[in-house]
Formats: sequence, structure tokens, C-alpha cells
Amino acid sequence: MRSDTRHSTPPELELVKVTKRFGSFTANEDVSFKVEPGTFHALLGENGAGKSTIVKCIMGYHAADDGDIIVAGASRDIRSPYDACKLGIGMVYQHFTVVPAMTVAENLILARPDLPLFINWKKEYSRLREFLETAPFQVPLEAQISELAAGQKQKVEILKQLYLNSQILILDEPTSVLTPQEADEVLGMMRRMVDDKKLSVLIITHKFREVTTYCDEITILRKGKLAGAGKVKDLTTSEMASMMMGEQRKGKTIQKAELKPGATVLELRDVRANRDNGIEGVCGVSLSVRAGEIVGIAGISGNGQRELVEVLDGQRPATGGEVRVAGEPFHMTRAEISKHQIYVLPEEPLRNACAPLMSVAENIALRTFDRPPLAIAGTLLSDSRVRANGRQWIERFNVKTPGPDAAIGTLSGGNVQRAVLARELGPGTAKALVAANPCFGLDFAAVDFIHSQLLAARNNGVAVLLVCEDLDELLALSDRVVVMNGGKLVYEAPVAEANIREIGERMAG
Amino acid sequence: MTDAESLGWWGVPIAVLGGALRGGTPFLLVSAGECLTEKSGKTNLGLEGVLLIGAMTAYAVSVNTGNPWAGLLAAGMAGMVLGFIHAVLAQQPKVNDIAAGIAMIIFGSGLAFFFGKAYIQPVAEQLPGIEFGWWSSHPAIRSALRICPLFFFGVAVVFLMQWFFESTRWGLFVRAVGDKPDAARAMGISVWGVRTCSIMAGSFLAGLAGAYLSLYYPGSWTEKISGGQGMIAVALVIFARWNPVGCLWASLLFGGAQALGPALQSVGISSYYYLFNASPYILTLLVMVLTCTNKKQLAGQPGALGASS
Repeated sequence: MRSDTRHSTPPELELVKVTKRFGSFTANEDVSFKVEPGTFHALLGENGAGKSTIVKCIMGYHAADDGDIIVAGASRDIRSPYDACKLGIGMVYQHFTVVPAMTVAENLILARPDLPLFINWKKEYSRLREFLETAPFQVPLEAQISELAAGQKQKVEILKQLYLNSQILILDEPTSVLTPQEADEVLGMMRRMVDDKKLSVLIITHKFREVTTYCDEITILRKGKLAGAGKVKDLTTSEMASMMMGEQRKGKTIQKAELKPGATVLELRDVRANRDNGIEGVCGVSLSVRAGEIVGIAGISGNGQRELVEVLDGQRPATGGEVRVAGEPFHMTRAEISKHQIYVLPEEPLRNACAPLMSVAENIALRTFDRPPLAIAGTLLSDSRVRANGRQWIERFNVKTPGPDAAIGTLSGGNVQRAVLARELGPGTAKALVAANPCFGLDFAAVDFIHSQLLAARNNGVAVLLVCEDLDELLALSDRVVVMNGGKLVYEAPVAEANIREIGERMAG
Repeated sequence: MTDAESLGWWGVPIAVLGGALRGGTPFLLVSAGECLTEKSGKTNLGLEGVLLIGAMTAYAVSVNTGNPWAGLLAAGMAGMVLGFIHAVLAQQPKVNDIAAGIAMIIFGSGLAFFFGKAYIQPVAEQLPGIEFGWWSSHPAIRSALRICPLFFFGVAVVFLMQWFFESTRWGLFVRAVGDKPDAARAMGISVWGVRTCSIMAGSFLAGLAGAYLSLYYPGSWTEKISGGQGMIAVALVIFARWNPVGCLWASLLFGGAQALGPALQSVGISSYYYLFNASPYILTLLVMVLTCTNKKQLAGQPGALGASS
């Protein structure tokens, strides 16, 4: 590690009355807070509260209109991430900033500001290996990023900052793609580095558990303004929540109705599929989901869950086995989907379930636009009917959009997920639903909404297959939990009898 | 009696080899340039126009100075100027680089025809060839093994480029910009700068290819001299999977296939002459079909290629 150049304790970071406007819209107003050297500082707030904007000001993406950013006692003019890097500030973004076509080693090297003109790979590799020995987790250096799962990509992002020897690390929801064990491992390791006064951390998170376990201080934003701050040990989670939301708001939680699961709807028999690189990623999965139950697939990302979901939504050809629905073979054709009413909520819905440049209404109508009642006489497309239909679901599912004609790609993540959910579950005719990480990166309100929709579907007799990397979420929702590891199912139990420690062990292998 | 006849059927592979080295060189230079351009995430269809400008400039400078090397350099420079225009055009918001490229083809060829009118008649000093066939008494072998130094330059360029992409700072920058511009920006890399340099360097190579056409093979300035080679080079890059060394093999294959028709004609097979002349295209289609499967993703394609902004 290159720990030679900088002084040992991290510098102090202070924001004084920072204001950022975009035209007439004020994203941040008079925001002040201080990250003391060697502390773990949480930045809380709902989606749209201005957390991302404020950290982007620190990183030099945006120039603040007013106020000062003080690093190590002097006001700094940070104009680019490169300037921030020189001050020892690094950031791990919510969206990945690794280059997919490059290897892990190339990505780590690329981030170095002092990257030599000519790269001596032998030397660099030995330096990287040396660095990895001190790192909290391991990622294969030769692997190409595009072959890695989300969790592993996130690890590369964090490793990159550690490799750059950043002393103030800004993390934007870093654990949303990690298993609880991985999250604890990563945050625990950061905590130790903070305790050793090697690092200050500013973390944006939605998870109170992480705040109470790892953080020293919090700053809470609401609608771009400072809504509260304090030491974590002096505050309760409900106090934090009420500062965030403005008033005490209660999540509407639908209770799991006591149901006797019905007939088997979705059945997988020895399903096999390859990864993008041609190596088998799903190695014979057999599983059945009955009406009125949620079967949760737990597992560390990259163990074949993504490939399995892609087989079920028709994006990836199965190399073996079969999928049956209601006893009949199912080949994911549009006709069969319509006949059996099998719906999917894939991960990254904007990429996997939407046409980003088409309007919200058109996206909501993707499954039904060519059928009555949306199509005139079942053949002619009707813009007005599609729009009216869209408007209805936008309202019912509370999708925040400028209108039914706005391109769905311009919506925030939570609202894209709501629109897709409206399409898949809205009509209420679904017999089975496959959902993959449906709450990834969403705020409390959106997560609550999606959970209640999934439970409502289950209570109405839908067979739900839920793939989720957040184990707490999975255990809260599922009736039966299975663990996927190395492309195989290695554990199965009803959730009431599930042993968390055993699940963790099976996930880890 | 033609050269090939004296060797009988042996004339065919020798003519194909000669064609691969001689006819493949412009493909090699243009596709290497296009490979660099596309790795940075932009397409430059305008290389067809650059080829014509390069051919005309090289010929004109060689006529006027009597020095073909000065012509070569001038052609590269002229290519860079055109490349710069394309770089500026293609990076405007909401401008599609394919459309800008087509505009550049028309602009480049129009400009070349306009200034080139006066140079159709005069004879220019040609680039020298190196005789590798001195050991043979067969004129066919001697002519096949007469190789322009630009071929070796092209070979060196592709191997250097391979190394450049893997083991230099700027090579990694080009790949990062081409695959994920946002990530590159996050690291403080100037996407505009990297792309502009890549497009200009690529156009420089295409300009040299133009000089090769007018100053070596076929070695005269006419308006039809490029014959779509700039466009074919774009296909060659896809064919080579954005791998510079792959561009070398693809260019040789294409150059060799081009020589098949004339070679067969010279041994007396004149039926299907036009069919054999189409062999490079048929071959390309065949190899494309055989190497593409829906199971593998198109490895090597830069992620930002074809994306707007």
C-alpha cells in the first residue's frame, strides 16, 4: 500500500452553509456539517433530499453556488474529482464507475492519478497482490468486470478507493448489493480503519442498523436542508426517522395472512444455464413454488441467481432441464406468458424491463397494448387508450412522473420500479411472479410500498419467487427460504424453522 | 504470356500472397486507424473521404516536390485535419457519429475531386518498394514479393497499438472512454480530448493509406481510387473484434481474396470472373456467420460505441 506520502490522520472535512441551485430549483440550502478526523459519519435522508448533490459538491462534480468546503483547515476550490483525490477524498458511487471491458487489475491501476506512461504489469501485479494482502476482501485481479456480479463490482469500487489511499471516503449506499455478512465484513473493516484513525467515512445509507452499529455521528437532510444532526449514541432510530420524514409516518404493513399454500404453480426441474462467458452458472436447479407462498432464494451475488432469473424471464436460454407452469412446459413465449399469467420484476428494471426512451404509459402497456381492451378490435393500436390506461396505473401506484408521456428513462429508480410493478401486478391476474432484488437502492417509502405489494400478491394466491441479496428483507417476506451457492440449491427450510447461522454458512459455501 | 502462366497453377497462390501484401496494406492502415477510433467509442465512416483526400494530397505534393515521402507526410496531415473536423462534429450533443461520418465522406471526396482535377494527367514520383524476391528468377514471385515499406509500418502499428491498449496510460484511457465514458469522467479523464486525439490519429493512418493508393498501388490519382475501402475497413474492425492484430489478419485475408479473381483469370479461368472478384465480400460474410453465435456476446465491442453523447 502506498501509505508513505500522506500524513497518518485523515484531514478534517467541514461544509459551511453550502447552497447549490439548478436553475430555479434549490437542491441544497445552507447545509453545514463537519466530519471529524477518524469518525464514521452518516448522511441520512429520503430519496431526493439532496444527499447526492451535496457529496457531488464535495467531489467537485458541481460547484457550490454559496458556502465553503473546508478541508484540513483551509477553504478549498474543488473543481473535479481529481482535485478531491489530491485532497485525499474518494467516493464509492451508487452506480458503478468501473469499466466493464477491463480487468480488475486494469481498473485499479486506471484510478491512480500518478499512473505511469508505460505500465510495467509485472511490477504492478506484485504491488496489487501486496495491497490485496492487506485488503479486507479479495477479488480475482485477472477477472473482467463484466463477468462479476454486482456485489463483487462494489467490492472493486471500495478496493479502488483504498488502493488510492483515500483518507476521507464517501460511500453512497455501499451495502445495498451486499449480503448482511458481506456488509458487516466491509463496514466492520472500515470501522476498524476509522478506529485506527486511518480513515474518515461519510456514508449515505437507508439502513438504520448500519447507522446504529457503525456510525459515530449523523447529519440528516430533508428537502435539501439540514433537518438534524447529532451523535448516534444520543439518538433513537425513531427520532432519526422522524427527522428524516418530517413527521412521524407509519409504514403501512400488510400482515402475512395465514394461508395454506395451494397447488404448485411454478416448477423448475434440473434447470441449467450458462454465464455470459459460456461457463455453467446454473447447475441443475429444481424448485417448486405453490400458489400463495413466497419462496426466497438467498445467496451471495454471483452464484447463479441472475442467470436463473434471466432464464425465467426469457432473456437467457436454458441449456438443460425444464420449467413447468401449472403442469405444462413453459418456454417464456409471449403467448404462454399471457396464458399462464407469469410476471417478472427483474433487477435493474430500467435495463431489463423497460424501453427507456418510450413513455411511461407505453411501458406500462408493454404486455397488453396489442390486445383488447387496449387495442381497438384487438388489432389497431390506440394511443389514447394506452395513455388513459397509463394514467390510471400511475395514479394507483403513485408513480411520480411529469406525465404519462414522459420517457420512463427520466424517472428515478423508485418510480421506474413502481411503474413496472403496476404493469406486472396491477391487473391482479398474475398467477406467478418472479422478483429479483426489487428494493435495490430504493428509499424507505418505496421499499415499504414494494414489500406490501409483494405480500398482497401472495395473500391473493400468487406464487412468488423472490431472489434477494438482502437477507433481512428475504426472511421478513418469505414463507420458505432456499440458499443458492455455486449454481445449486444447497439449503431449504420453511422460514419459521430457518436457522440464520446455517443459512449464512451455506451462503458462504 | 503473363507472369502467372509461366508458373502454371502455382501462380494462383503466389498471386494471392502478393495481393494480400500489396492490396492488404491500405486495409491494414485504415482498419488500424478505425480500430483506434472505435475503441474510444466513436465511429468514423468519414475515413473513406480521408482516403481520397490523402491520395490526392500525396499525389499533388509528390508531383510538385518530386518527393513521395513529403507526399506521404502531407497525406497524413491532411487526414488529421479532416479527422479533427469529424471529431468536433461527432461530439456535438445530439449529433450521430454515423451521420457526421457520411457528411465527411461527401465533404472529403468533393474536396479531393475539386483540388485533384489538375493532377489526373501529371505523373508523380512513386514510393519505393523493397525487393524480397531477388533470389528468384520468376517475375511473378519477384513482383509478389516487392513490398512497400508502408506494409511493415502498418504491421508495426498494429502490434504497437495492441501494446498501447494493454500497457500504457493513454491506452487504458482510450479503452475506458470507449467503454464507459461516465467512469472515465469520474476519474478526471477528458472524454472529449481522448476521443479527439483518437479520431485524429486514426485519420492520420487513413491518410497514409490514401498516399499508398496513389503513390504505390495502383499508383495513380483517379477519382475512383478508394473504391469503398474506407467503408470496408469499418467492417474489418468488427470482423477483427476491435483487436488491432486481428485487423492485420483481416486485412491480409481481404487483400488476398481480392487478388483471387485476376489470378484465376491469368491461369485461364475467366468464367465466373465477376463472381471471383466478389470473393472478399463472400468470404467476409462467411467468416462473420461462422464466428458469430447468439450465445457469445460480441466480445471486445466498446460499450459506448453507437451511444449518443
